[in-house]
Amino acid sequence: MTHPFLELRGIRKRFGGVTALRGVDLEVNRGEVVALVGDNGAGKSTLIKTVAGVVRADSGEFLVDGHQATLGSPHAAAELGIATVYQDLALCENLDVVANLFLGGELGRRPLFGPLRRLREPEMERRARETLSELGANVPNLRRPVAGLSGGQRQAVAVGRALLWGSKLVILDEPTAALGVKQTGQVLELIRTLAARGQAVLFISHSLPDVFAVADRIAVLRLGANAGTFGAADTSAAEIVAAMTGGETLAGAA
Amino acid sequence: MTLATPEQVAEPGEIEELSGEGGYSRRLRGAFGADLGPLPVIVGLIAVWMFFQTQNSNFLTARNLSNLILQMAVVTVLAMATVVVMVAGEIDLSLGSVTGVTSALLGVLLTNHHWSVWAALAATFAVGAGIGLLQGAVTVFVGVPSFIVTLGGFLAWAGLQLSLIGSEGDLPVNNSTITAISNNYLSHAAGWVLAAAVVAVVTAVEAARVRDRRQAGASGAAVWVSLVRVGAVAAASFGLVALLNTNFGVPYVLLVFGGVALALGWLMQRTIFGRHIYAIGGNREASRRAGVPVSAVRVTVLGISGLLAGLAGVIATSNLYGTSAGVGGGILLLEAIAAAVIGGASLFGGRGRVYQAVLGALVVASVENGLALLGKAASTEDMATGVILVLAVSLDAFNRRRRAAAGQ
Repeated sequence: MTHPFLELRGIRKRFGGVTALRGVDLEVNRGEVVALVGDNGAGKSTLIKTVAGVVRADSGEFLVDGHQATLGSPHAAAELGIATVYQDLALCENLDVVANLFLGGELGRRPLFGPLRRLREPEMERRARETLSELGANVPNLRRPVAGLSGGQRQAVAVGRALLWGSKLVILDEPTAALGVKQTGQVLELIRTLAARGQAVLFISHSLPDVFAVADRIAVLRLGANAGTFGAADTSAAEIVAAMTGGETLAGAA
Repeated sequence: MTLATPEQVAEPGEIEELSGEGGYSRRLRGAFGADLGPLPVIVGLIAVWMFFQTQNSNFLTARNLSNLILQMAVVTVLAMATVVVMVAGEIDLSLGSVTGVTSALLGVLLTNHHWSVWAALAATFAVGAGIGLLQGAVTVFVGVPSFIVTLGGFLAWAGLQLSLIGSEGDLPVNNSTITAISNNYLSHAAGWVLAAAVVAVVTAVEAARVRDRRQAGASGAAVWVSLVRVGAVAAASFGLVALLNTNFGVPYVLLVFGGVALALGWLMQRTIFGRHIYAIGGNREASRRAGVPVSAVRVTVLGISGLLAGLAGVIATSNLYGTSAGVGGGILLLEAIAAAVIGGASLFGGRGRVYQAVLGALVVASVENGLALLGKAASTEDMATGVILVLAVSLDAFNRRRRAAAGQ
């Protein structure tokens, strides 16, 4: 029997008097893109933060590869192969693409030790180029500061970081929120490429057209609980909106 | 978005480099680093030198340039400290006062307590670094901005300096090792050997770089960039030694701050630690999330700054054959910050280079030297330095807007 890469069972989380998550279930398989949608305050962000190890769930089970896992810290999540790309991308604008990809995990060598090791720039550049071309990202000059890149290219660099460190699940928080039409297309392409390489992808979006463009399955949250999971091919925008709002199917809604 | 092979990825940049008017300036930039970098400060330096040379033909003589090197030493060391701190997104306003207090300490240990020179030097550097680490720890672990912590330090260490020196206000230092730094010179032969050694080291470093790149099949900066660098270093070293040898020779102090500049430059550009300093100055939160040891790096950076202020204190003591209540005071700190900024460092962090700070310090010291040569008062010097500072930063702001408009 094959397990989903990540399985959540009955995740609950309260912040003081506010219940953010009331027993959420979710599965993400390898090579699958799952979109997480829901109205503001539905608990999407809290849910991915529990997976990223930033927020600790009060109760519920996390199964990674079928094994019970504790996602107590971002480090623990990273060890299990879970990488999160936040909306702000967390890039250093003044550093070039290679430096950003390897930030915090630079390759070094003699003559000194620890942080005084010499940077292995050519090796890092070679691996950076490999990673970005695996993603099909078109970043012409890896030695250019990130400040000069387009939104789509930055997204590629941020996702490239996740790939480079051997993650198996990439979580993307609103990756297309600030992008124009063309850049959005590039990012959606990037998501498909990730899945085609066998990565599990979980992404949050407010844009239903984007969701339908790349997701295999769409998980809807409403008021901190599951409001249905739909195969992208078997549902409609109207059905998703209805699940998000808890209302009847709105004719013509998109 | 196409699926690109490595060759294809490299292609667009190469086409841009080879075609049209963009090619040459792009290559120039490649030779100097990621951005326009040193061009503004070099242009400024040439302008300042041409101006003073037309006003007084003694300006560009071996003798005066030798003096200039002696005069710029303290502000150069402090400008290098400033650039390291500013790249990390911090500021150290205590540099002048720490220079003063370490100079006073050295004087007291040598003259009043008759310590051996090496023990006194070790204590001086330890106190400088210790002050820096203390300020760094308060900044990072208490969470007070370095601007405030070092502003407090600026006042407190100046007070400590006065209490160390006592009521007389100055102390002579006759130790020959200390006085040699700013007042003795390498023999002419030793000067040539030094120039050859510098060129040999730079050649070895560049050769290793080229070999690494070949092995990894990396794109971009090619052999000719290394050749240009080695050529520039060779021309500068041999030219400078030739010039200085027509006078007294290479001053020891040039060896001291030149060596520090090379070591710091290597630290900032070639090591993991240096990369982390730039990263923290660029985006501290992103660095933290990426696992960069942000707190340790910030404390260390301020410690390095204190250590360098200790070195400046030693050099100042050598200059004066002693120490006085005035060491490190006045506008020294502001000159150091001006030098770093003229050299292209950003007050907002993440940008600046050590060698550019040296060039900035050369501009500041040249203005001072030139105006003194013309018999102008200190008031004129301050005004001129102020104007140059604002001009340099305006040029930078203009340049940055241009870059932003061009999408880079």
